[in-house]
Amino acid sequence: GLCSSEISITIGGMSSTENLITSIQGLSASSGDLSALHRILKGAEETLHADSDLQLSTLEQLDPSKHSLGYLYLLDVLTCGGPMSKEKASEVVLLIARFITSCDADQIRLASDKFVSLCKGFKDRVLELEDPLRGVAPLLTAVRKVQVSTKRLTALHPDCLQLCLQAKCYKAGFSILSDDILEVDQPRDFYLYCYYGGMICIGQKKFQKALELLYNVVTAPMHSVNAIALEAYKKYVLVTLIHSGQFSVSLPKCASTAAQRHLKTWSISHLQFNPMISAALYPILARSLYVAYNFYRSPFSQPYTEVGNCYNEGKISELQAVVVAHSSDFEKDNNLGLVKQAVSSLYKRNILRLTQKYLTLSLQDIANMVQLANAKEAEMHVLQMIQDGQIHALINQKDGMVRFLEDPEQYKTSEMIEVMDSVIQRTIGLSKNLIAMDESLSCDPLYLGKVGRERQRYDFGEDFDTVPQKFSM
Amino acid sequence: MERDEESSGLMMEMCTNGGGEETSNRRPIISGEPLDIEAYASLYKGRTKIMRLLFIASHCGGNQTMQLEALRMAYDEIKKGENTQLFRDVVNRINGRLGDKYKMDSAWCESVDRRAEQKKGRLENELSSYRVMKYVVLFMCCLVCLHRSFLVNHYLDNETNLIKESIRMGHNDFGDFYYACGLLSDAFKNYVRTRDYCTTAKHIIHMCMNAILVSIEMGQFTHVSSYVNKAEQNPETLDPIVAAKLRCASGLAHLELKKYKLAARKFLDVSPELGNSYNEVIAPQDVATYGGLCALASFDRSELKAFIPLRFFSLVAKVIDNINFRDFLELVPEVRELINDFYSSRYASCLEYLGSLRANLLLDIHLHDHVDTLYDQIRKKALIQYTLPFVSVDLSRMADAFKTSVSGLEKELEALITDNQIQARIDSHNKILYARHADQRNATFQKVLQMGNEFDRDVRSMMLRANLLKHEYHARAGRNH
Repeated sequence: GLCSSEISITIGGMSSTENLITSIQGLSASSGDLSALHRILKGAEETLHADSDLQLSTLEQLDPSKHSLGYLYLLDVLTCGGPMSKEKASEVVLLIARFITSCDADQIRLASDKFVSLCKGFKDRVLELEDPLRGVAPLLTAVRKVQVSTKRLTALHPDCLQLCLQAKCYKAGFSILSDDILEVDQPRDFYLYCYYGGMICIGQKKFQKALELLYNVVTAPMHSVNAIALEAYKKYVLVTLIHSGQFSVSLPKCASTAAQRHLKTWSISHLQFNPMISAALYPILARSLYVAYNFYRSPFSQPYTEVGNCYNEGKISELQAVVVAHSSDFEKDNNLGLVKQAVSSLYKRNILRLTQKYLTLSLQDIANMVQLANAKEAEMHVLQMIQDGQIHALINQKDGMVRFLEDPEQYKTSEMIEVMDSVIQRTIGLSKNLIAMDESLSCDPLYLGKVGRERQRYDFGEDFDTVPQKFSM
Repeated sequence: MERDEESSGLMMEMCTNGGGEETSNRRPIISGEPLDIEAYASLYKGRTKIMRLLFIASHCGGNQTMQLEALRMAYDEIKKGENTQLFRDVVNRINGRLGDKYKMDSAWCESVDRRAEQKKGRLENELSSYRVMKYVVLFMCCLVCLHRSFLVNHYLDNETNLIKESIRMGHNDFGDFYYACGLLSDAFKNYVRTRDYCTTAKHIIHMCMNAILVSIEMGQFTHVSSYVNKAEQNPETLDPIVAAKLRCASGLAHLELKKYKLAARKFLDVSPELGNSYNEVIAPQDVATYGGLCALASFDRSELKAFIPLRFFSLVAKVIDNINFRDFLELVPEVRELINDFYSSRYASCLEYLGSLRANLLLDIHLHDHVDTLYDQIRKKALIQYTLPFVSVDLSRMADAFKTSVSGLEKELEALITDNQIQARIDSHNKILYARHADQRNATFQKVLQMGNEFDRDVRSMMLRANLLKHEYHARAGRNH
């Protein structure tokens, strides 16, 4: 094709848009050409915005899979505009969806910021149209394409999860969550990712993973508590109850001091500010991320800690009383369903305790001990637990007796050996990651500079001479 | 068991050999029969006798005769002393129910109070004069030191010691006086003040014993422990009776502080030479009862074996020297029986004895608050010991042995299983208890897998946090530059 030096954009003669289209068509083959094209595109951006020649139809001259970079820039200019009519929005959405599906991943990674902002705009349009389902598949693809590695979080992750939540496509969202994220660029994205991710896992009833994600938000380093951390904390409390049945008022030690001090008592649900009510307002949540609400100390997450403490006592009737008393609060936070799940998990936990003490027990006795209404309900719960694999038991319907069995797992099968092996491999892999992280940190100039500065303060003696002299200031 | 027969044989011998000593304490006092108050009270002397009688009067339930008997004896005893406050108290409680002989005697009160005032004045004068003397002598000492006159120095030393002794005795007298009047905290203060004027070990022990006595009466058992320690730190070996008294006091303190095992050890260490010499605090029967019950509630089987039968055996051996101990043994046959029953697994009989003793034990001033806890612990130990040797236990037979219903027994066992004191599970359908031994191998595998998963989660969380911190640090550094 034509090499870069021979291309020039003449003013007067061919219109700049047409020039651009030609360049795009010509320079999209090799990586050298692409970097040149990128420069041209960046230079031409300003004029493109003002150019009235540029229409959606212009794009038909380009092939999204071959000319992805150029297509991206043009599409971005065309669609970043303000409010548009429903028909236009629908058309735009369709166009972007097609682009995302067919674009070339290598090309768009050159301009990943632009791609991300395009997708975010796409998401907004889809939500405006109130048809989140349309956006799920494209955004899933988008995430995969813009990702440099599966270990790194992108800015698109939270948007994708948000759409999945809105569209109730939990399975789709869960497929993204199965990646192990280890590197994070923007804390903002991370908090949202974990929060939405937690909610998706709750929807899938994968409470362990949900707990992990919510735990990450609650213990993330932060100077001041933000809205997301607070909402995540409330869900965290409830999911802890469902999953492990133990509630402790104090946060894990690794949580930031700000979180430890304030998560239990802070409120941001003052009516003048952003009410945490409906799903449509999640974008507002994101925007209010870094605002510290110093003034309002009404104990808003207190209903949750009350539920937690009551659960610890183990008395169903008291727990239900607390739930009823605060049901309006739970309703406001959209957490009532989760609270109900927590209550039913208490029954299960009490039944689990019985298996430690009894070999056989009649259904009526179980109902009495766990405070269920009758033997039929007890049977239902026990059946559910057997199916979920929480207990091993046999129900003899003739006698109305339940016989509790020991866990049949003998840890002797080849499947079990495979499981153990994979756990060992994972652990080794993680250790390697840790060591690599440590090594990279010890070469980081910023870190060394800081240690060098602090070294004057602490006299470590001969043993700690790890920082070369040149870094002491 | 052979030891049993031997000891009871000896006991029989002693009974037939004895003669010419007091017969009043022959009948078992702590037994299943209703308490013989007169016999019980005769075990004690001094203030504790009065307090115990008053305690019985207030805790004997609706039993009017018992109450009046106790109050009557209390009245008589109080009148022998100088405590007008207690006197007024007991008169109020009698409330005229015992006739004219037992009503308010204001004349007596007034004369006692007057004498007390006079005595107090006299003691104060003496004490202050000794104090003045002390300062004069000290002043002269200083002068003499300046002049370095040896003989005068020596003479003044003696004078100082004499004065010290006088002051010490002065404070002691004050202590005794206040104690007799019932002003316990003032008594305590004065006894403790003698500390500075004690010159010999004997003085210190005397002070400690007084302090202990008052502390027990006041119910401040932490003081009791500290003064016992102080006395036991004495460099000279203690007189065995004093040592025994100290151990009793220490045992009482532990009992009241609910440290039953320590209390049992202390009581069992009390040498039989104690006899009645500490009956202003505790009777030898109490030593046996408290010690026995605490041991039963807190010792494990091997400790019980090492201590109890041996204990009583040694007591028997000493009986030849000390006639009082015939009474000692005779008076706690039920306690000894129940301990033996427990050890030989005759639980029904043991619990029966316990049940019969309960009413009388509740009337004991020191044991009252602890009877239920001790009984509870003994019962739990019995249940655990019963199930220990078996692979499976028929619950209905066990319920018979423990005189309870099967469902009640199930509940008790459930509590013990939850506390991990019994390793078993209940087959509620067939009413059998099956021993359950955790499979170590499976448990280990499970634990390992769990730990692997936890490590996984923790490390990943940690790396994420480190990442976030690094990002923040870079961002901040970026802003600074």
